[in-house]
Amino acid sequence: MKLLTCPVNGTRPLSEFVFGGEIRNMPDPAQASDSAWAAYVYNRTGAPGLKKEWWYHSPSGTWFVAERNTLTDQVARTYLYGQEDKA
Amino acid sequence: MPLRLLKYALSRKHPAPRFFRDCTEPKKSYDAVIIGGGGHGLAAAYYLAKDHGITNVAVLEKGYIGGGNTGRNTTIVRSNYLTPEGVNFYDASVKIYEGLSEELDINLFYSTRGHFTLAHTESALRTMRWRAEVNKHVGVDSYVVGPDEISKACPQLDISCSGKAPIVGALYHGPGSIARHDAVAWGYARGADSMGVEIFQNTEVTGLDIQSGKIKGVHTSRGYIATNKVLSAVAGFTPRITNMAGVDTPIVIHPLQACVSEPMKPWLNTILVSGSLHVYVSQSSRGELVMGSSLDPYEVHSTRSSLDFVEGLTSHMLDMFPFLSNVKIVRQWAGMADMTPDFSPIMGTTPVEGFYLDAGWGTWGFKATPISGKTMAATMANDQAPELIKPFRLSRFEDYDLTGEKGAASVGH
Repeated sequence: MKLLTCPVNGTRPLSEFVFGGEIRNMPDPAQASDSAWAAYVYNRTGAPGLKKEWWYHSPSGTWFVAERNTLTDQVARTYLYGQEDKA
Repeated sequence: MPLRLLKYALSRKHPAPRFFRDCTEPKKSYDAVIIGGGGHGLAAAYYLAKDHGITNVAVLEKGYIGGGNTGRNTTIVRSNYLTPEGVNFYDASVKIYEGLSEELDINLFYSTRGHFTLAHTESALRTMRWRAEVNKHVGVDSYVVGPDEISKACPQLDISCSGKAPIVGALYHGPGSIARHDAVAWGYARGADSMGVEIFQNTEVTGLDIQSGKIKGVHTSRGYIATNKVLSAVAGFTPRITNMAGVDTPIVIHPLQACVSEPMKPWLNTILVSGSLHVYVSQSSRGELVMGSSLDPYEVHSTRSSLDFVEGLTSHMLDMFPFLSNVKIVRQWAGMADMTPDFSPIMGTTPVEGFYLDAGWGTWGFKATPISGKTMAATMANDQAPELIKPFRLSRFEDYDLTGEKGAASVGH
């Protein structure tokens, strides 16, 4: 069974978690050009590597950040958003 | 054939027949280079030579031909999609498939079985009606059937699905077929090779040479190759190649798993799919049940398979076929599916001149092998995509002009 560590609830089975995609910075909708906005809406960093991702622990309703290598599927660390320093 | 077999039996050497030359030394330049020796890449090479007379072509394959998603899919060929663009495209593919064994002179075991997409709820049945009407409009043989007709075609199926999710109807698609997938790659490889195309296995592309927005060549593990036309047909490796080209795409990689049971006497004559139970199943010509489920729920660039998958899939299989409880699973595997946000492929030209993309094949690539090869060859020869694949162009995302294809396999609808 694969496991993932929720920063609030500790290590739990992966089946309790939902993947929320890579963390991405939204451009200012008022300033961005149409093509920059379309690129933000659709394009993704598809190549493998260490990525910061949103994950959701569904029984407790906790959203948090996981740093995961998408090639090896190894999670380097997890922490609540904005609490990177404490991780 | 029997005469050739007799001659072979009487010869003293019994030489192993080769399908294509074992190329290891690439020339300095080619008219076109195709990255990826799967069904799509080899088909493109074949049609470049056959339809357009471009034979000075190199196909570069990192592993061995047909060892990627071409050999990892569940071999279903069908055209009962949801959008008219999709139905037209996949129907053109089915039509080529039907005559492909003869054209390539190789037995693809192409077997037309009929294909049922089962509906367990009224809302699923509504989608089936929608698909049936779109299919009929485009001239594809699909219609909605009731539980009695499903039972007649497959008496072994428990229509109530162990009482958990009773089947209320299905979308029936007559042309639905299965084929031997590796033979498709080998047949196209032999055909392309016989017309002069060179196939390099164990040859990895390490970089693309792009100068002022034009492709000039590719760096490979066997040295530099100059060319003005490069096709990327690498499925799950697409983001790595497009990164080299500096082309952004919406493609994300998710593993898609499949498995086979031990062989049995033939009993399942049709292809059955249940979107609600996440099962698709057919019986191969070897007697194995070939089964797939749904995409793994998060991005991984790996072909590892999991016990969770077999556990989930087989529990749903037993809902449909309780008598299979003693049948064993003998093999399981995964492929890297290059998913797009609208479940349609990405085909055609890119912002880099001479760099063509045949990607975004997610869970629907095998059935499109012949037509994607044919249309990508035309795109490379004319530097312009044919009408048939224009709805699948990369720029559709920037134009907010998507081709929403919810008839794709392994996709919840």
